[in-house]
Amino acid sequence: MHNTIIYLDNNATTMVAPEVLEAMLPFFTRRYGNPSSMHDFGGDVEHDVEKARNQVARMLGAEYDYEIVFTSGATESDNMAILGTLQYYRDKKHIITTKVEHPAVLNLCRQLEREGYSVTYVPVDREGNLDVDFLFDSVSDDTAIVSVMYANNETGVLFPVETIGAFCKQRGITFHIDAVQAIGKIPVDVNALQCDLLAISGHKFHAPKGIGVLYVRRGTRLRPLLYGGHQEKARRPGTHNVPGIVGIGTAADLVMKHLSNSEEVANVKRLRDRLENGLLSQLSNAHLNGNKNKRVDNTTNVGFEFIEGEAILLYLNEKGIAASSGSACSSGSLEPSHVLRAMGVPFTSAHGSIRFSLSRYTTEDEIQYTLQVMPEVVNRLLAISPYWDARNKKGKSMTQLAH
Amino acid sequence: MWEYTDKVKELYTNPKNVGEISDADVVVEVGSIVCGDALTLYLKLDGDIIVDAKFKTFGCGSAIASSSALTEMIKGKTIEEASMITNKDIVDFLGGLPDQKMHCSVMGQEALEKAIKKIKGETIEDEHEDEGAVICQCFGVTENVIRRVIRENNLTTVEDVTNYTKAGGACGSCIPKIEDILKEELASVVAQPAATTMKPMSNIKRMQLVEETIHNVIRPVLMRDGGDIDLVDIEGKKVYVALRGHCAHCVVSDVTMKNLVEDTLKEFVENDIEVIEVK
Ligand SMILES: Cc1ncc(COP(=O)(O)O)c(C=O)c1O
Repeated sequence: MHNTIIYLDNNATTMVAPEVLEAMLPFFTRRYGNPSSMHDFGGDVEHDVEKARNQVARMLGAEYDYEIVFTSGATESDNMAILGTLQYYRDKKHIITTKVEHPAVLNLCRQLEREGYSVTYVPVDREGNLDVDFLFDSVSDDTAIVSVMYANNETGVLFPVETIGAFCKQRGITFHIDAVQAIGKIPVDVNALQCDLLAISGHKFHAPKGIGVLYVRRGTRLRPLLYGGHQEKARRPGTHNVPGIVGIGTAADLVMKHLSNSEEVANVKRLRDRLENGLLSQLSNAHLNGNKNKRVDNTTNVGFEFIEGEAILLYLNEKGIAASSGSACSSGSLEPSHVLRAMGVPFTSAHGSIRFSLSRYTTEDEIQYTLQVMPEVVNRLLAISPYWDARNKKGKSMTQLAH
Repeated sequence: MWEYTDKVKELYTNPKNVGEISDADVVVEVGSIVCGDALTLYLKLDGDIIVDAKFKTFGCGSAIASSSALTEMIKGKTIEEASMITNKDIVDFLGGLPDQKMHCSVMGQEALEKAIKKIKGETIEDEHEDEGAVICQCFGVTENVIRRVIRENNLTTVEDVTNYTKAGGACGSCIPKIEDILKEELASVVAQPAATTMKPMSNIKRMQLVEETIHNVIRPVLMRDGGDIDLVDIEGKKVYVALRGHCAHCVVSDVTMKNLVEDTLKEFVENDIEVIEVK
């Protein structure tokens, strides 16, 4: 019936837009020159690299094109932002970030702790909202950098980065934003945000994998992560990934086009809401994880009590639907995701939480089909669950569970 | 994505023996919703023959498949026959499980064991006491379970133990204890041949043991702290290794790491091993 995949995992990665692929292709074939070369065959390609830089700069509202540094992806951009700042401010040994960052930031911070840095991990509340006052109170003269994500990848919840930006600017502290999950979903403007650094990743907005950007505001003090040639003004040496760069530039254009099309933007939200409301109303064991109002429009994270997330994903996979889960089993760890735990989501539903993330390519039919399949999947698993009282159609009480 | 065998896929898609037995002779529960997997096993007996077995499982695909496998394997067996089944048999029935999912098969075995104890009328009220101290508080795993699983599955690293029992997989505070248990269990295995053959160790045997010890005992410990070790050369009783500390700036690590490697090799291989660090 459905021989094509219904892809509702766009926070993990996205399809390369057809326009992006087409723009990239010549750089694999006819136009393979090195933009740093002293001949037109290569030199001409430099114009394409610079065009892409300008496209990304416009998407981010950057004042100068050279504030855009091309990297291999957001993991590198996040590492470069934090390590590069610490390398510059060698006497400052304190970092502020959040408990719910992507591992690209979190695991770097854990490593830095082992090396003698102190790290403050700002908590979130039950709905995933950041405790901004906690963040403000944590700042000291020893703080080298504040690194906060714009939108959370698991719940879509947005953080008040604008407020934090104003605060950091006033205190003279370097502010880095991991904006990977915001790009393409809401307008991102580095001047409104007042950030010094901002990381994005191509493959989250319909460019290919392996290309990213670090926005570096003019005058920001930063040491490079890598040493080598003069590319990217020696801030990020290495021969340019030309097809990737051209791809991310084209994808940036498409983002601007999409965000200026209010109908298209509203449609993503409408489909997400339709899916979410459908699940919450049809399934009595379903609960929303995360702030319903302050989040990006494409993401919904629903916890299904008494059943386990990996099993849900496997059953969905059988039906051609791709989603993801914050359950322990699906990640290969033994605990539910650090994000859900930081939010204090009860274990009864944290293990059964599923993230659906849409894109501008998601269709009505796909959501319709998913809404048909999900109750079937959930009910099949409830029938197997020892915690589900099938006769009374509800979960067993905690005293029954404690047994 | 996990590499599940076709058998596992078949059994989580269409599990056999799902449900409850209303007039069951024994009902046991293992695991908990907090831990992320739980199994309730229902058995119906005729004399000492298990005539029916059903289950309900909260857990991932491999937990469902393991439960289904268990019930299929014990149906029609006598209690005596069923009591011989280990988690390895469940894994074999499934054609294998990913390493990180081994604990699902152990959960099946635990349920069976608990059920048989109940049938035999053994009290299981003080189960934790007679199973030894609880080592992993997060997942409630006891010392005896850890030791048994290490022996039955020839486990050699903390990671193995975590894969099979979950112990150490959450806060990690019990990892040093697991290391101690592993050391004891491994020492009893390695020590046996060494004790019986009092002849001086051959070079080949020594090299093998050094390699094994580095791979199975030392490396996992170092890797947990972000370090690593390469065996560069072995010359008689001199072992040349390259060590990578968890951070390039730390001076302390060098000395402690070398001592750790040398002490462990002395303990597991030979008393007069000398470790030389190659930079
Ligand atoms: C919030 C966030 N930051 C960073 C990353 C890492 O991006 P990349 O895959 O480009 O390294 C991701 C992607 O998974 C993400 O969601």
